Amino acid sequence: MKSVSSWGRLSASPHHVVELHNAEHARGAVLNSPFPGLAYGMGRSYGDVCLNSGGTLWNTEKMDHFIAFNEERGRLICEAGVLLRDIQRLMVPRGWMLAVTPGTQMVTVGGAVANDVHGKNHHVHGSFGDHVLSMTLLRTDGEIIHCGPLERKEWFAATVGGMGLTGLITQVEIQLHRIPGPWVDSETIPYSHLDEFFCIADDSEDHWEHTVSWIDCLSGVQGRGLFMRGNFQNSPLSHQTQYAARSIKIPVTPPISLVNQCSLRLFNNLYYHLKKIRAGRNVVHYEPFLYPLDNLLEWNRIYGRSGFFQYQSVVPRSVALDSVKAMLREVTAFGGGSFLAVLKTFTKREAVGMMSFPREGATLALDFPDQGKRTADLFTRLDHIVREAGGRIYMAKDSRMPRELFEAGYPRLQEFLKYRDPGISSVLSRRLMGG
Amino acid sequence: MSNRKRIVIVGATSAIAQHCARLWLQGSEVDLVLIGREQQRLEIIAADFKVRNSGAHIVIEQANFTDVASIVEVARKVMDQGDVDILLIAHGALPLQRDCQEDLVLCERTLEINAISPVLFAEAFAKYMERQAHGAIALIGSVAGDRGRRSNYVYGAAKGLVDRYAQGLRHRFVGKALKIVLIKPGPTDTPMTESMKGKGPRLAPVGDVAKDIVNGIHHGRAVIYTPRKWRLIMWVIERMPDFIFNKMNI
Repeated sequence: MKSVSSWGRLSASPHHVVELHNAEHARGAVLNSPFPGLAYGMGRSYGDVCLNSGGTLWNTEKMDHFIAFNEERGRLICEAGVLLRDIQRLMVPRGWMLAVTPGTQMVTVGGAVANDVHGKNHHVHGSFGDHVLSMTLLRTDGEIIHCGPLERKEWFAATVGGMGLTGLITQVEIQLHRIPGPWVDSETIPYSHLDEFFCIADDSEDHWEHTVSWIDCLSGVQGRGLFMRGNFQNSPLSHQTQYAARSIKIPVTPPISLVNQCSLRLFNNLYYHLKKIRAGRNVVHYEPFLYPLDNLLEWNRIYGRSGFFQYQSVVPRSVALDSVKAMLREVTAFGGGSFLAVLKTFTKREAVGMMSFPREGATLALDFPDQGKRTADLFTRLDHIVREAGGRIYMAKDSRMPRELFEAGYPRLQEFLKYRDPGISSVLSRRLMGG
Repeated sequence: MSNRKRIVIVGATSAIAQHCARLWLQGSEVDLVLIGREQQRLEIIAADFKVRNSGAHIVIEQANFTDVASIVEVARKVMDQGDVDILLIAHGALPLQRDCQEDLVLCERTLEINAISPVLFAEAFAKYMERQAHGAIALIGSVAGDRGRRSNYVYGAAKGLVDRYAQGLRHRFVGKALKIVLIKPGPTDTPMTESMKGKGPRLAPVGDVAKDIVNGIHHGRAVIYTPRKWRLIMWVIERMPDFIFNKMNI
């Protein structure tokens, strides 16, 4: 038994960890599992979607082999444990890139499919599942299911965003996206009102591939922040020289969270004003642009020993302004808020997965150090706003949403349940689906 | 002459070997010969390498690692096709010490696969590589070979034999351009050490270990400890007086 935590570090519970080496080995391990299991990659989801306390975790980290690549068409087949970073670093010099990646590239392909992750370019490319051409699913009864958007579509729709509950994803075929080079033309625009955010977001949709915004959640209902947008540069040879990633690591877990009302106010003011002074256009490498926190290793430690929650919701665009304002009002009243507050609009595009998170609207992500009842009460108030708005909460970040909010937010749940693998279970599935 | 390197990896499916190969494939022109026991696993990694570097020429050779004739034959076949710049001998197996004590067949197999087999491979290739008078033969030993400890002395003894062998082979080639490199990894996060997870020292990431190995071979270092701290740790352990050592549960 080994103690395993997810990225939020809210719990550390014992798991039977079984490392998988390749598809053949996985088959043996999955068929002979004495307990219900769950695939586990890099453990970058924040809540309990990747945990299975007391049960088995099939660690896919070593299933990290590429299988084939069609250079002309940009089609890559790989095992599910391959890291998005490894794909990017190998393919970018060849002029190909993953169309969709989340804010970190330190996740596995299997995890990206199972959570149907999204990035800053949802309005152009949708979510990760939109670029999956096919995949292989290993059920715990030994059945192997090949599925894709055209083949056994119902299995595909259940597995994309299916939280790993439909079977073990062993290999995935991905359509990569052509890029001229690694450099991004970026622009930072400070805004001082939420209304302004939505104006800039709408204006940017047509001409900017990547859009995202940091919001100062202590600025009150007004909602000031920084809007960042970027496009890949067209000239392959930039005046820029080589990019060398340099990383630093948070060396220890402090006993209490370093994110508190004082430090946050200071940080947010500094960050906002520094960025405001340096606002405007810039040429940056795609790595710091798309994955700003990847070089701050183990940054989740700054929240201290008791860990942190991330609260990410999406609300329909028609009510987004009011809902986001209402949520910010709650966070301001609460005081101790989040420094990684991210606001982004999703375009009108139906997700591939039955249980996918992205839908048309605005998504707000906030994180909070665990303060027991105080944070729990705040979440209840935020839940109320999300429920009223007809929104939903992102499972990859969640460890506490009430079951009725889950059921209301994911209307295809009943359909999805038919595809679950009875030999697979997670803390999240037991909490929200009763098994 | 091109800079194209020809690299032969014995035990190519081992995690450390795979990660070394991935580094060699990055950006440089290489041809790889992958020698392993299981055809299917060799094919998986050959496909992976092919995606990583489509210009690399990759050949698979299956061999019986405990059969002298098979080892001699594969060495002859590989050397027939041209000079070798780097030979990395990477295979190994780490059973539980307790099992080796109880099951002498397992004990024998452990000594055979970790000691005799790598020596035979090195010897079979050295015969040819001596003539080409360049390149490197790298063997993976272990920090476990530096001093016998109750927790893994059968494995440690095998690795100690490889250590002594490498020393002698290096002596044989003194003054020649052929370099002999002995690699001593500390506990590394690979399938081989799965049973050690969560107990004892923290396992080093295999990618970091591979980086040290590729670097060390490039510079023709005689002995590579990886991660580097193990050089100091083992220096202390080797010289530790018995009255202290005997009290330690290592």
